[in-house]
Amino acid sequence: MIKTNPIEVDREKGNFHYNTDYEFDAGIGLSEDVVRYISGVKKEDSWLQDFRLKALQTFEKKRLPTHWATNDLENIDFDVIRYYLSKGQMPSRTWEEVPDDVKSTFERLGIPEQERKFLAGVEAQFDSEAAYSRMKDDLTEKGVIFVGSTEGLKDHPEIFKKWFGKVIPTSDNKFSALNSAVFSGGSFIYVPPGVKLEQPLQAYFRINAENFGQFERTLIIADEGAEITYMEGCTAPKFETSTLHSAVVELVALRGAKIQYVTVQNWSNNVFNLVTKRAMAHEESEVRWIDCNIGSRLTMKYPGVILRGRKARGEVLSIALANDGQHQDTGAKMVHAADETTSNVIAKSVSIGEGRSTYRGLVQMPGHLKHCKNNTECDALLINSDSQTDTYPAITVQGEDHSVQHEASVSKVSAEQIFYMQQRGLSEGDAMSMCVNGFVNDLIREFPMEYSVELKRLIDLEMEGSVG
Amino acid sequence: MSTLKVQNLSVYIEDKPILNDFSLEIPYGEVHAIMGPNGSGKSTLSKALAAHPNYDIRNGTAELDGHNLIDMEPDEISRAGLFLAFQYPIEVPGVTIANFIRAAIQARMEESKLFKAVDYYKKLYQKMDDLGIDRNFTARSLNDGFSGGEKKRCEILQMAMLDPKFCILDETDSGLDIDALRVVSAGVNSMRSSNRGFLVITHYQRLLDYIVPDKVHVMWEGKIVRSGDKDLASELESKGYDWIKEELAA
Repeated sequence: MIKTNPIEVDREKGNFHYNTDYEFDAGIGLSEDVVRYISGVKKEDSWLQDFRLKALQTFEKKRLPTHWATNDLENIDFDVIRYYLSKGQMPSRTWEEVPDDVKSTFERLGIPEQERKFLAGVEAQFDSEAAYSRMKDDLTEKGVIFVGSTEGLKDHPEIFKKWFGKVIPTSDNKFSALNSAVFSGGSFIYVPPGVKLEQPLQAYFRINAENFGQFERTLIIADEGAEITYMEGCTAPKFETSTLHSAVVELVALRGAKIQYVTVQNWSNNVFNLVTKRAMAHEESEVRWIDCNIGSRLTMKYPGVILRGRKARGEVLSIALANDGQHQDTGAKMVHAADETTSNVIAKSVSIGEGRSTYRGLVQMPGHLKHCKNNTECDALLINSDSQTDTYPAITVQGEDHSVQHEASVSKVSAEQIFYMQQRGLSEGDAMSMCVNGFVNDLIREFPMEYSVELKRLIDLEMEGSVG
Repeated sequence: MSTLKVQNLSVYIEDKPILNDFSLEIPYGEVHAIMGPNGSGKSTLSKALAAHPNYDIRNGTAELDGHNLIDMEPDEISRAGLFLAFQYPIEVPGVTIANFIRAAIQARMEESKLFKAVDYYKKLYQKMDDLGIDRNFTARSLNDGFSGGEKKRCEILQMAMLDPKFCILDETDSGLDIDALRVVSAGVNSMRSSNRGFLVITHYQRLLDYIVPDKVHVMWEGKIVRSGDKDLASELESKGYDWIKEELAA
């Protein structure tokens, strides 16, 4: 029998924090002074400070997108958030140099082992800035750049300035404007023509301070024929008050390049996770977003691909788990802007307890283009009778030559399935976990192996206690 | 000697009595068949013994090998050794046969023991070959899109892999053609042994030509009204259930 008890989620792995002294603290609330302070700490050029100040004005003018999403956004109090906290040091290149409290945090989260095992490079961001950043030496020799946003814009403007803020303009939405005003940290990556990274680069984002907003900025440029997989993980301790994470991630895949961007978001369930992610795909390039949203209070995130070169290909594979008190509002945007472009969206959501998951999809194919293709599948699984799901696909297709396919399904784990599995000896919880893993399994198979193992473990943790 | 021992069992579905003061004892090593018309309570008996949550046991006892089944969860009953081959096996999309049976076996193992995948697949393939199940089925989702016959073979496969002490076959013959019936029956017969008991629920005597029972019981309105040897099944086949009804009315 499936019971509807409230669910205690075990997020203990990430639920701890150390008291930390910050050298730089922009104080509480948002103003021009705060923006100038952040820009000053970073010793930025005047164009960048102007960019930030203009973005602040845009942020103040823009309305919250509550008209189409959820009223929960209105609970964000921008005046009590701390916008910049850092210890002021440059990112360390060895674990030994990382300050002890920060090092303990990442060691507890298992970052050094992961780096040794399978990564080409790691960046670990603690609140506003990276505490550790290292890439294998042979990649530096090949001309790969893997730095933070400040370093990227300061040391390599000829590479990054051209695309910075171009894939996602400041005014895209209120939160992209906020990020543009106060961003710090994140990864700026450049992969030179023809360089193919065999191992992934990884960034790890950690919120440590209460009432803190994390606003990292990521820009990845894969030059012609280059290939890169980038992965990010996110955690935060459970504080009494809510926390804001609002990133902007821009990807640029030049002709024939391949970018795979993997996210496993496991924020604690008081984090507002409002992230804008978009890629520009040039001729014959491929961009693939793999997006897993497990934690947070409210996530609004719709990774997109602008297919602007002939035969470009975009893909979003998305998994969302919404537990009690959580709303995962996720999806994908595919803007076809050249002939023979193809896109594929597979989204699976699981709603547990009173959790709510929403799929929001956008597909655009204008009439002057030829032979574009889109396939969209979105499947929702409901665990309890109070679980919620909703789906809002927006598909605009003009012209004669395109092919569009949309499939959606909603299913519920039935009491008969659980009884059947229990009759073979599985406990009720194991049976439920197996059903959920079975539901997302074909999608997880597409993921890099290390992440599929981690994800299965996280799903099992989420399912614990979801049954009587 | 171990037995399945059911005494004075009363089972309700939504306040409607289905089994009424039902008693039955099956020693290990024996195969008993229960026959009876639709609605006589045969499937209710099997679901109730497996602790299906919709079946409300209000009176009586059911013991398996000393375990009191009445107070146990469905998975505990399974691990105690009772296997139910479903009349309508449930489809579980995304969960492969190989992974499912593996999880069921692991649920029975002591934590300290190591699961040996090589031995597992060897045994699984052997049993699949015996039951005429294509080896590709290991990667198929459990019962998902299976034909009626494939589902029933898959039930017997699970039974063979889990090595239960006591097996209930609930209308395993329904939906089987004659070839599949032979294969499935051979699978069951190969599992007959002095330390395992079977309860075979069926409408038709046909199945009992292949799985020859030690005893046959006739169920009527939630109770056993006749018991005999396998000849009773033949008698039912030729005379129909009306004969029983008339005798009971007399």
